[in-house]
Amino acid sequence: MSDAEHLEGLREAYAEQYGFHDPDSSVFKTRKGINAEIVAQISAMKNEPQWMLDYRLKALRIFEQKPMPTWGPDLSSLDHNDMIYFVRPAEQEGRSWDDVPDDIKQTFDRLGVPEAEQKFLAGAGAQYDSEMVYHRIKQNLEDQGVIFKSIDAALQENEDLFREYFGTVIPPHDNKYAALNGAAWSGGSFIYVPPGVKVEMPLQAYFRLNTASIGQFERTIIVVDEGAFLHYVEGCTAPIYSTDSLHTGVIEIVVKRGARARYTTIQNWSNNVYNLVTQRAMVYGDGSMEWVDANLGSKVTMKYPSTYLMEPGAHGEILSIAFAGRGQVQDAGGKAVHVAPNTTSQIISKSICKDGGRSSYRGLLKVYPDADNVKSTVVCDALLLDDISESDTYPYIEIENPHVTVGHEATVSKVGDDQLFYLMSRGLSEHEANAMVVNGFLEPLTKELPMEYSIEMNRLIQLQMEGSIG
Amino acid sequence: MGAALEIRNLHVSVEDQPILQGVNLIVRQGEIHALMGPNGSGKSTLANTLMGHPAYDVTAGQIIFDGMDLLDLETDERSRLGLFMAFQYPVAIPGVTVANFLRNAINARMKDDDPDSKGIPIPAFRKMMIDKMDLLRMDHSFGGRYLNDGFSGGEKKRAEILQMAMLEPRIAIMDETDSGLDIDALRIVAEGVNRLSGPDLGVLVITHYQRILNYIKPQFVHIMLDGQIVESGGDDLALRLEEQGYDWVRERQNGNGR
Repeated sequence: MSDAEHLEGLREAYAEQYGFHDPDSSVFKTRKGINAEIVAQISAMKNEPQWMLDYRLKALRIFEQKPMPTWGPDLSSLDHNDMIYFVRPAEQEGRSWDDVPDDIKQTFDRLGVPEAEQKFLAGAGAQYDSEMVYHRIKQNLEDQGVIFKSIDAALQENEDLFREYFGTVIPPHDNKYAALNGAAWSGGSFIYVPPGVKVEMPLQAYFRLNTASIGQFERTIIVVDEGAFLHYVEGCTAPIYSTDSLHTGVIEIVVKRGARARYTTIQNWSNNVYNLVTQRAMVYGDGSMEWVDANLGSKVTMKYPSTYLMEPGAHGEILSIAFAGRGQVQDAGGKAVHVAPNTTSQIISKSICKDGGRSSYRGLLKVYPDADNVKSTVVCDALLLDDISESDTYPYIEIENPHVTVGHEATVSKVGDDQLFYLMSRGLSEHEANAMVVNGFLEPLTKELPMEYSIEMNRLIQLQMEGSIG
Repeated sequence: MGAALEIRNLHVSVEDQPILQGVNLIVRQGEIHALMGPNGSGKSTLANTLMGHPAYDVTAGQIIFDGMDLLDLETDERSRLGLFMAFQYPVAIPGVTVANFLRNAINARMKDDDPDSKGIPIPAFRKMMIDKMDLLRMDHSFGGRYLNDGFSGGEKKRAEILQMAMLEPRIAIMDETDSGLDIDALRIVAEGVNRLSGPDLGVLVITHYQRILNYIKPQFVHIMLDGQIVESGGDDLALRLEEQGYDWVRERQNGNGR
């Protein structure tokens, strides 16, 4: 098979499973571009209070003033004026799948969301273009005071709680795309877990783009109160279009004393999506935050889940997986910021490149002057499947306290001819042999996932590997 | 009638350097052959060429297995046809358990026979692996370890024998399986081969030393020198090598050549 045929095969495999799109049945959309008028229109469509409109307009000004980031991947072909910033998919959000419009429900059926909800989730949400079309949590959790709803609904129904946290972890001036999200945000989840409540099964939100040239500005707030536990999972896919789309999420997480939160992303956007996301958690005394961040899809991803360790005993873990295939740039990693003494962190990054894909580990380890006895480990491993792919490492380390224990190691390896020959001598095709080496490389991370997600991950990696080796 | 591996006038070069210079050999299912020779005589080149390693360039000759020309086939196709090689230096595959690897290898065979095959069910696979481990007197925890990753020399060789037991080849090539093993490990590996041998398995034991042949009894012994098989006989040939070394073979060759 020629390279072009291989690529075609890969496109078809994605197209069949995720890359399809529904006819446009949206009930409202703004015209292309972003300005104060469009921001006001979005806010009005959502019946928001005046303070939120003011916030959005302030964020828009920051977005307009901030220069494009130039320290990372090339974003010069991303045209902010050639995008639709708000597409309302349905008149209202469903509490049951029967309330969701038929074609949208069929899409989520095809993606297996209701089935997963039945089988192993504590609750599920589904976003289609700009808004959530479905959100539901198991009754027993609701009875214990757990809130899991669309963020738009939370602003309407729990305004005080919403206002206590919104924008406190990631302010709009943090970066240009956090500012854009502040102006245009729509959809995402709002989760509050009361003190001591342990949500044993994951809550999952699935983000789906349907419209071409759309910007999706998911905003999620998660508050895990003292001694509580939550595992939240987000998945995302989109149709394949020839024009670019943009996904710019802002995820703010607060982990209070003794609480534990895990946030897992399985990012599988089609290869025409710019994925520029800011994710940050504040962790308080003896609390623990775990990010599991798998980036398999998209055209360009820039995403560095961050953990701010605010009080003694706080612990942060970041597991980052990036897979860059042809034409993809995965600029991923993580940040651990030690504000308080006696805090610990671990960043493990595994990246894979093939067919000329580029992956970078970009990470920050920062220790403030007062933070004594910090322990931190950073490990980044890259695996190259051929000679035309590239991997870079940018490990920024800013340590302002002498009493720290820091470990850092980085490796780059290439799938060896000897490994392939060995596996093929047992009857595996070259393609299967490559996939096996890749799965083994990722195993230390995939084994951290609940079984259903590790199966999903292996399947997605198989898909990424398909037709790749020629 | 059993399948045969036929090597006809095989010439092989590595990086344009001729190594094998006209090898002829037939190994049939049910037979045990030993191929002996000093270092650098081309024994491992023959093993790797039979299995289709891309670095070995066949410049002349044929390899026929069960009526098929192996030179037209990729390494994985040769394996699925029933050829197996136990490696001198097994390669580590971190993160992939022995069990997972073997199940994939078996499934690749089943899918080759029947494209609609769903592969071996996990309970059936597990039973098969436990049976084979018991046959080879191996600890069951082996299946959960990452393939050859951190294995001792002896464990690597035993893992090779386990793979052979699971994949049930028709012809197995043991490439210096005895190298680097202490006497206990050697005995265990040899016993494993003996337990697996029978009318359905042909074995080509490639070795530098005679000592493995104290445990594996070949019907045929061949001596390779400078890329050719120069002597063939019964296991008395191995004993003569043990007693007299390779010098007499070389002298006889020089005598013939004169």
